[in-house]
Amino acid sequence: MLPELGHFALILALLLAGLQAFFGIAGPAFARDRWTSTVTSAVAGQAVMVATAVVCLVTSFVGNDFSVVYVAENSNSALPLFYRVAALWGAHEGSLLLWILLLAAWTVAVALGSGRLPPRFASRVLGVLGVVSFGFLLFTLATSNPFLRLDPPAPDGRDLNPILQDPGLAVHPPILYTGYVGFAVAFAFACAAMLEGRLDQNWARWTRPWTTTAWSFLTCGIALGSFWAYYELGWGGFWFWDPVENASFMPWLMGTALVHSLAVTDKRGLFKSWTLLLAILAFSLSLLGTFLVRSGVLVSVHSFAADPTRGIFILVFLIIMIGGALTLYAWRAPLLRSPAGFEFGARESFLLFNNVLLVTAAGTVFAGTLAPLISDALKLGTLSVGPPYFNPTFMVSMLPLVALLSVGIHANWKRGRLKDSQRTLLYTFVAAGVLGCGFVFGLHAHAHLLSAVGATLAVWIVLSSLVDPIDRWRRGLTLSRAVLGMTVAHIGLALAAFALTSVQSFTTERDVALAPGATAKVGDYEVRFEGVRPVEGPNYEAVGGTLVVTRHGAPVAVMTPQKRRYWVKGTVKSETAIRLDRGNNVLLALGEDLGGGRWSIRVQIRPLVSLVWIAAFIMALGGALAASDRRYRTARAVATAPEVTGAQIG
Amino acid sequence: MTRFLLPLGLFILLAAVLAIGIRHSPEKGIIASPLLGKPAPPFSLPSLSDPAREVRSADLKGHWYLFNVWGTWCGECRQEHEMLLQVQRAGVVPIIGLDWKDDDTQAVAWLTQLGNPYQLVGTDHSGRVAIDWGVYGAPETFLVSPQGVVVYKHVGALTPDTWTREILPRLSGLPGGKS
Repeated sequence: MLPELGHFALILALLLAGLQAFFGIAGPAFARDRWTSTVTSAVAGQAVMVATAVVCLVTSFVGNDFSVVYVAENSNSALPLFYRVAALWGAHEGSLLLWILLLAAWTVAVALGSGRLPPRFASRVLGVLGVVSFGFLLFTLATSNPFLRLDPPAPDGRDLNPILQDPGLAVHPPILYTGYVGFAVAFAFACAAMLEGRLDQNWARWTRPWTTTAWSFLTCGIALGSFWAYYELGWGGFWFWDPVENASFMPWLMGTALVHSLAVTDKRGLFKSWTLLLAILAFSLSLLGTFLVRSGVLVSVHSFAADPTRGIFILVFLIIMIGGALTLYAWRAPLLRSPAGFEFGARESFLLFNNVLLVTAAGTVFAGTLAPLISDALKLGTLSVGPPYFNPTFMVSMLPLVALLSVGIHANWKRGRLKDSQRTLLYTFVAAGVLGCGFVFGLHAHAHLLSAVGATLAVWIVLSSLVDPIDRWRRGLTLSRAVLGMTVAHIGLALAAFALTSVQSFTTERDVALAPGATAKVGDYEVRFEGVRPVEGPNYEAVGGTLVVTRHGAPVAVMTPQKRRYWVKGTVKSETAIRLDRGNNVLLALGEDLGGGRWSIRVQIRPLVSLVWIAAFIMALGGALAASDRRYRTARAVATAPEVTGAQIG
Repeated sequence: MTRFLLPLGLFILLAAVLAIGIRHSPEKGIIASPLLGKPAPPFSLPSLSDPAREVRSADLKGHWYLFNVWGTWCGECRQEHEMLLQVQRAGVVPIIGLDWKDDDTQAVAWLTQLGNPYQLVGTDHSGRVAIDWGVYGAPETFLVSPQGVVVYKHVGALTPDTWTREILPRLSGLPGGKS
């Protein structure tokens, strides 16, 4: 009964999304205020219906209802309760449902926060979100219904994909999707502004906190995904430039550009059409990511459902949404005028560089991700693009970005007078060079030049970001959360730049064959193999190796990597053991049984790798701080008469 | 004003590439199977109709056969069933079933109720043979040559389209399909 109820709730949600889209957009267009006033009810109703559907599916999972195809395919009675709930988004259909749920949550949040927006504008924003939701609900109901029944019911389920049976799975997709879906809000604001044919600084002020919040979630989601891949896939890498990873990274790069471009539109009323385009592109790349992952067009280590008919549906949806938005853009953007210019060397010019570099980076990742597809379409043969392409091209746009950041934050708005801060910049740069190079070469005499450059630039960012806040603090001035958030996020970026340029040159990795009792020396560490023993899990059987790790003879840890075989799917999966010791990540993975008690074991000592994720979380924290600035809340209270302000400035 | 049309133009180009990508994507699934062109993994399983007898790959050599992985728990297998019955009626190639991780009583009931398209059905309770064959999910269908070589693999329910375009041309020895 519950699955049917859930199915019915989804159908009602689709109808309500249709109403929300129609009244939201048509109401303001035909100046029918009564139409406009129904939109929030549709939003609330849709959210309730979507939540009902989700609750129904979760109940089916928890109650082991194997008469539901999706449950039978992704769960098992032996699966622990925690994973039975998380299995909701373990495959395609449920992931879509999660997407829709999060979109409904964002929409409700926008509706609640829209009280201070001009009613017609708010109605348009909610209408555009209704279109997005309608598309996804239709897609789910037409091609990926999670409530389909199985008759007769299966005696037991086929179990959740083993690589997803991990605590990381429970939190990674919802957070990542929150970020992805959050860009729909920026997209809706952009479309609403274009439908209205007017864009002023208030628009940027309304859009900023939403965009920054979504960006923070996406940052966390990507970091968690990378962390999950690191310890779960068992290869010891943390970023593979895999299509699925790229699918989340491209919107992030575009979103980062958008966050900065919005700052210019907010403060100076410039970059208007550019900001609109970035808002469209950030969400388009989120949609495209969904397409690439779900259509089976690109084969990836992460993809769990691939189906050409779904691909066609998503493609049509993409063409309607992105094509529609870009058509609107081509029509309306030329109407937007920027009030004034800026001098070279002004802060605007640095933010322009920032945008160009970030978009270039997104473009190179995009080209690399789609290269196999393009070469296939042009019949150039099967082509695969990997880290040898991505690492250097990405570096080419990222190093200048990081280098210009320190200068940019000391530049003034409008005027290009860098002389005022010339001395500060010079001093901090010299100090950074000494500290960065000293640290890198002190730690490792044979470190790459890139590590030294990365460390220098990173220290420079930290020092130069702190100059102004410390100065304000010493003079007893308050620091707004927006500035504080920016500083924190920039320090996060500095740490990331340092970690990413250094982690590779400091890593020691060896694959060793060990008999019980034998010891291998890797870097500063010794690993003694004690042998393997069978391990029985709730839904798998495993061999667990016991390895004693010491550092120059002093005990560090006893580590037990496993090789698991999941009963139902019969999948074999390596469960790595990871221990953090003095800033080094010691990773052990059990390889193959070589016979006679000997096993191949991968030992990897990676210093700094944790810093990559810590840096990402610091960036996200900065975003959260900035988004919570009082300015956005008070700005909305003042913004009741945007027409007047708009006329004055725009 | 043309610069504002540029994003739209680029997007149209991209959409075209993606559309071509979708049309090609079914072929990627075929290339992905490492078994193609390799000898079919040997197996010896209790027969569903008579558990005392065995279905053995060695006995199947010398003629073409379709190796179909199914189970009563699999929703798509039910959709596929009618197609399998049609293949059986055509009488071109026998279908050998692999009843994957299934309950025997239910499987027999299923075949009695819906009709039996299989010449023989082996029961794979442990899922061991399915692992050997690299089965990712049911249904999956393999075409095995008289020499015992896997020449084609279809993932998902068998469709009339794959039957006429991919399987029949290979059976008649005519150049067709793309592998």
